[in-house]
Amino acid sequence: MTADPTLMTINELQHLLRSRQLSAAELVAAHFNRIESIDGKVKAYLRLTPDVAAEQAAAADRALKSGEAGPLSGIPIAIKDVLCVRGVETTAGSQILRGFKPPYTSTAVRRLFEAGAVMLGVTNCDEFAMGSSTENSSYFPTHNPWALDRVPGGSSGGSAAAVAAGEAVISLGTDTGGSIRQPAALTGVVGMKPTYGRVSRYGLIAFASSLDQIGPFARSVDDAAITLALMAGHDPLDATSSERPGRDVLNKYGAGVKGMRLGVPREYYEVEGIEPGVKAAIDAAIKTLEGAGAEIVDVALPHTDYGLAAYYIIAPAECSSNLARFDGVRYGMSDVDAQNVTDAYMGTRRRGFGTEVRRRVMLGTYALSSGYYDAYYLKAQKVRTLIKRDFDSAFKKCDAIVSATSPTVAFPLGSRTQDPLSMYLCDVLTLGGNLAGLPGISLPCGMSEGLPVGLQVLAPQWGESVALRVARTYEESSGVKAKVAPL
Amino acid sequence: MPLSKDEVRHVAMLARLGLEPGDEEFYAEQLSGILGHIDRLKQLDTDAIPPTAQVVEVTNRLREDVPRPGLSQEEALANAPAALEGSFRVPSIQEET
Repeated sequence: MTADPTLMTINELQHLLRSRQLSAAELVAAHFNRIESIDGKVKAYLRLTPDVAAEQAAAADRALKSGEAGPLSGIPIAIKDVLCVRGVETTAGSQILRGFKPPYTSTAVRRLFEAGAVMLGVTNCDEFAMGSSTENSSYFPTHNPWALDRVPGGSSGGSAAAVAAGEAVISLGTDTGGSIRQPAALTGVVGMKPTYGRVSRYGLIAFASSLDQIGPFARSVDDAAITLALMAGHDPLDATSSERPGRDVLNKYGAGVKGMRLGVPREYYEVEGIEPGVKAAIDAAIKTLEGAGAEIVDVALPHTDYGLAAYYIIAPAECSSNLARFDGVRYGMSDVDAQNVTDAYMGTRRRGFGTEVRRRVMLGTYALSSGYYDAYYLKAQKVRTLIKRDFDSAFKKCDAIVSATSPTVAFPLGSRTQDPLSMYLCDVLTLGGNLAGLPGISLPCGMSEGLPVGLQVLAPQWGESVALRVARTYEESSGVKAKVAPL
Repeated sequence: MPLSKDEVRHVAMLARLGLEPGDEEFYAEQLSGILGHIDRLKQLDTDAIPPTAQVVEVTNRLREDVPRPGLSQEEALANAPAALEGSFRVPSIQEET
């Protein structure tokens, strides 16, 4: 073993594993060594699962030996703390679920396990996936591997940082308003949010059910594509999951962008607060795609300025309803010995939820409460229609939309925690994709001030294959590849 | 529209969310700031626009009503903060007479 396997992609590792130059057990050991040496600085993981990893690596080595290996046999994966894994403590970054060991495994994770993936551990995230910096974790913040005094983005910041730091080959995150794409951008890796309904949400601790989707982080577009294809597809345990075959996401995967029309929305291109270095990197990326044969067209998303406002009614409203289940009866923290049942609920939820969760539960409860429902919740749902129509019209003029993923590069830890609105604005270019249910990918497109910049590609519903084609073409033509941060 | 301390207390009660000392002022100020941004929705005329509750392509998906295994009692209670005689223990909701 000469080259460092913690720097490699799935394809490279599968070659070594299948030719028996490297065993799954050795690959796992290399990752745990890496984690031991650097995770004290990065803090991507909440919990490691060496027992699960040892068992799965042994199974992978047996399968590799007998020639029955799956597409991910032996590949180390990290899992966000919102996806249930049977018997492994899963807490959604919250104190209220401390000690919770799910009695079942989420469908997305189960499918990757069946393909041979080896779980290394559970990654940090904002509490209940509410945040854009991972600073709302009730345990500790995660640090950006490219600059340890900066955030990795969020809410799936631990999963993004783990892949960026070489502490996992791939990882899983969830994206409700940008929680995969934004941290992927800020840590210089590939992250993809599928079409709503593409990946089963069974076993995902719900935040906002009409927006949540599970997706992969990886260090190449190929790795993200294969991981997504393995998770996607119908699941009878999620009534919103589509019956379209998961392999569809790979249609015409290598076909390039010649003749494709790529839309640049003015409202995204000139979004308030976009940094000059980010804009320059996006300009260069658009030129590269044009050079690869795409036609660049102007499109309009005129309701962009209202997206954040609509999102911050809809997502909190759904969260206030979803989080009602944390009542201290069936799992988690409990004030069961309180004087009466109301005090038990109030005490459990006061102690168990952090500031951002409380803020959103109250905002959502307010928006749904008698006398305010029409003015806020119904209004936001109507604006959601307008935003969806914006995308429908734009996609009549183009095959995919390209923009920055985040208006800024990674910002210093603590710089936005006192002002919730400034944190919410991190997602201004991503949350439209959630409101409209679109697939979107973020991939690295260069650096600004020494920090990674992400290029976002949004496609029409069920157009993952289109977004992936654009992303892969960019990656190939530009030569810009995700790489492990020097630590 | 600014939110008063009374409204924060009312919303917290609706959400069964206990407050700490100082929370009413803190959340009144923060939620008012966020609602100040959200107020821009009022600029849009949406009288003729239908609401979008979800963007799923499937509706009313039903399955055959066939029995299938669920969690065992032991599994269901494994995470219970307090279990008693095979049940979840909760505070009394009736006064003893």
